[in-house]
Amino acid sequence: MRLKVIWSALRLVLLFVVVLGLGYNLLMVGIGEAAFSGQANGSMVTYHGRVVGSRLIGQQFTSPRFFEGRPSATSPPYNAASSAASNYGPTNPALLREIRTNLAAVLAENPGVKPTQVPPDLVESSASGLDPDISPAAAYLQVPRVAKANHLPVGAVRNLVAGHVTGRFLGIYGAPHVNVLELNLALLKLVNQ
Amino acid sequence: MTWQGILQIFVLLAVVTVVGFFLSKYMYNTLEGGRTFMDRVLVPCERAVYRLCGIDPTVEMRWTRYVFVLLAVNVVGFVVLMVLLALQPVLTIFNPAHMHQVPFWVNLNTSISFMTNTNWQNYGGETTLSYLSQMWLTVQQFLSPVTGICLFLAVVRGFSRHNANTIGNFWRDFVRTLLWVAIPLAVIGAVVLIALGSPQNLHAYTVVHTLQGHKQTIAQGPVASMTSIMQLGDNGGGFFNMNVAQPFAGPNAASIFFQLILGFSVPVACIFLFGKMVKNTRQARPIYWSMVLLFVIGALVLYHFEAAGNPALAAHHLRLAASHNLEGKETRFGTGTTSLFENSTTTISWGSVIASNDSLTPIGGLVPLFNMMTGEVIFGSWGAGMIGMIAYAVLALFLAGLMVGRTPEYLGKKIESFEVKMAVLSMIVPSLVILVLAALSVALKAGTSGIFNPGPHGLSEVLYAFSSGVGNNGSAFGGLNAASPWYSATVGLAMLLGRFPMYIPLVAMGASLAKKQRIPESAGTFPTHGPLFTVLLTGTVVVVGALIFFPALALGPFAEQFAAHAGKLFGG
Repeated sequence: MRLKVIWSALRLVLLFVVVLGLGYNLLMVGIGEAAFSGQANGSMVTYHGRVVGSRLIGQQFTSPRFFEGRPSATSPPYNAASSAASNYGPTNPALLREIRTNLAAVLAENPGVKPTQVPPDLVESSASGLDPDISPAAAYLQVPRVAKANHLPVGAVRNLVAGHVTGRFLGIYGAPHVNVLELNLALLKLVNQ
Repeated sequence: MTWQGILQIFVLLAVVTVVGFFLSKYMYNTLEGGRTFMDRVLVPCERAVYRLCGIDPTVEMRWTRYVFVLLAVNVVGFVVLMVLLALQPVLTIFNPAHMHQVPFWVNLNTSISFMTNTNWQNYGGETTLSYLSQMWLTVQQFLSPVTGICLFLAVVRGFSRHNANTIGNFWRDFVRTLLWVAIPLAVIGAVVLIALGSPQNLHAYTVVHTLQGHKQTIAQGPVASMTSIMQLGDNGGGFFNMNVAQPFAGPNAASIFFQLILGFSVPVACIFLFGKMVKNTRQARPIYWSMVLLFVIGALVLYHFEAAGNPALAAHHLRLAASHNLEGKETRFGTGTTSLFENSTTTISWGSVIASNDSLTPIGGLVPLFNMMTGEVIFGSWGAGMIGMIAYAVLALFLAGLMVGRTPEYLGKKIESFEVKMAVLSMIVPSLVILVLAALSVALKAGTSGIFNPGPHGLSEVLYAFSSGVGNNGSAFGGLNAASPWYSATVGLAMLLGRFPMYIPLVAMGASLAKKQRIPESAGTFPTHGPLFTVLLTGTVVVVGALIFFPALALGPFAEQFAAHAGKLFGG
């Protein structure tokens, strides 16, 4: 009797290994490909016919010509094959060292900016290490530098940022943000005009 | 704190209450002998399952047999998962990133973790597992929450049946929950998640040259299908190392809002299902309000401290444009939605995260920790949270009975010494496991060498790990080296103890109640549907949770919060 129960249990588990493990997951691959091909394949973005990344996955920008994203704790930064956070606790001296170093870099790159104008997202590292976004304040802060480096009027770059701010979902969920890759692509378009 | 951040808590609760209410009707009809609109399609599937597996779904079972079959399905599921994961180097299909052998300890821990509905991740998904192995994990993500519903039905039938020796048929409860509830909702969820931006493919990791000319390798995979069932089933074990913070799993706030609804739907439905099963829907009210109250308080406290930010920064004269704590958080979610999600992660017991909990402020991190220490009864996972709350209700009535010197009764059943013993037995499990294993970990080199953050925060990391294990939660203070043999083994043990020894006594309690006669309400009956009982129940949860753990919490999160205000840092 007990053996029969275990035999039934084994058959049940194996049946659902096939039905759910393979069937469910592969069915969803099919539906995704048929109905939402763009999303299902990773929301890839092209520039001049070449895939340059995913709209959802942040990438590293270090050149003053581009808007920069958030500090990333992955190794190397923005490693999209191995998401990671810093995991620094609030009283870990390493956290304060990290913030000071990042702050010094932001101030050096953006002359005239005071520490009290720097939003925390520019100096504190993201959860995934792949954050594709920065806050609107972090984008506006970089406008003078980016405009100068690309020989563009400040007003035009500022308008570009304003056009790329995404608000909260339903007006309450999430926080306003700017997608850095899309902003930089729009910037390149502006430069090329 | 912003008004948007506060309002979103209540909007979520309103939406999931409506969803849970309608789902409970559907679940009641599925499980307690009604008809549903899905029967035409699913009844033939159900019969096929019984035939293929040699199951007789009509035999009524005593509780011992019910538990035996439940354990058999779980143990077999565990063994099958371990074998399938061990075969990763051999089964080379759907392994475009060429993942190798899963280390033994990781495999053992992961298989226990997914069997017990914990989904503790001591592996990094995108760096350890092939797409095929991830698919094997989704199987347990379906089966483990369904097991929770079976435990729930076994306990609640103790109140809904009278003079009965049996508590139902495990196979029938299991298969019907799986076919009628888990699978259809997961399919809908996966489609919505793909539409909202999550990938669902079997491609190799994509190598791109970024706009600035760097090489970037982007992990891909069947992300949406796993995210759907992991959120729906309150599993939480994600496709990626950083779980839903990874933008493919959590692409935007809309997806997060939808995932929250998925996660809450069945736990909330279980509250109303309880009311329907005991044929007195008013009895569900104090449980609902008690959970809502504890949830809202936790969400507001967590949000307040994250918005106020890390006091150590101000103490060290680091003043930025805003004070809120964004270390380990994603810009698109902000502090408000992140706080709501991280409070939810340990209330509905899914352990899914959109932030690094290790980097929360001390009191911010205390909130999810406290939610787990209460035994994860604030909504809780499928079925398990609800029966944990019933155990608290039994204890609360026992305490009230002591005060007035009467034998307590609940839902027309006399609560006698056996029932109270079983309820207390189940409640002792978390405190015993968390405190003993945490004490060992901070006393032994094997334990301390795995701690990442120095000072009181290190103790919080250890407490969180065992609370998460025994609570079958799965979220973590991620700095802790969970893949070390010590933590793989001890957290594995905590997960096992927090599942079976915690809930089987409650099934025994249910069986004992089912045997009893129903006694009519009298003038001396303590009313269990009003605000007084809500207060009593909430108080019992908080006091039992707080008293046992307060000394440990004083040394961890509280000490750290004070230290941060004083600007005291720990370690080099």
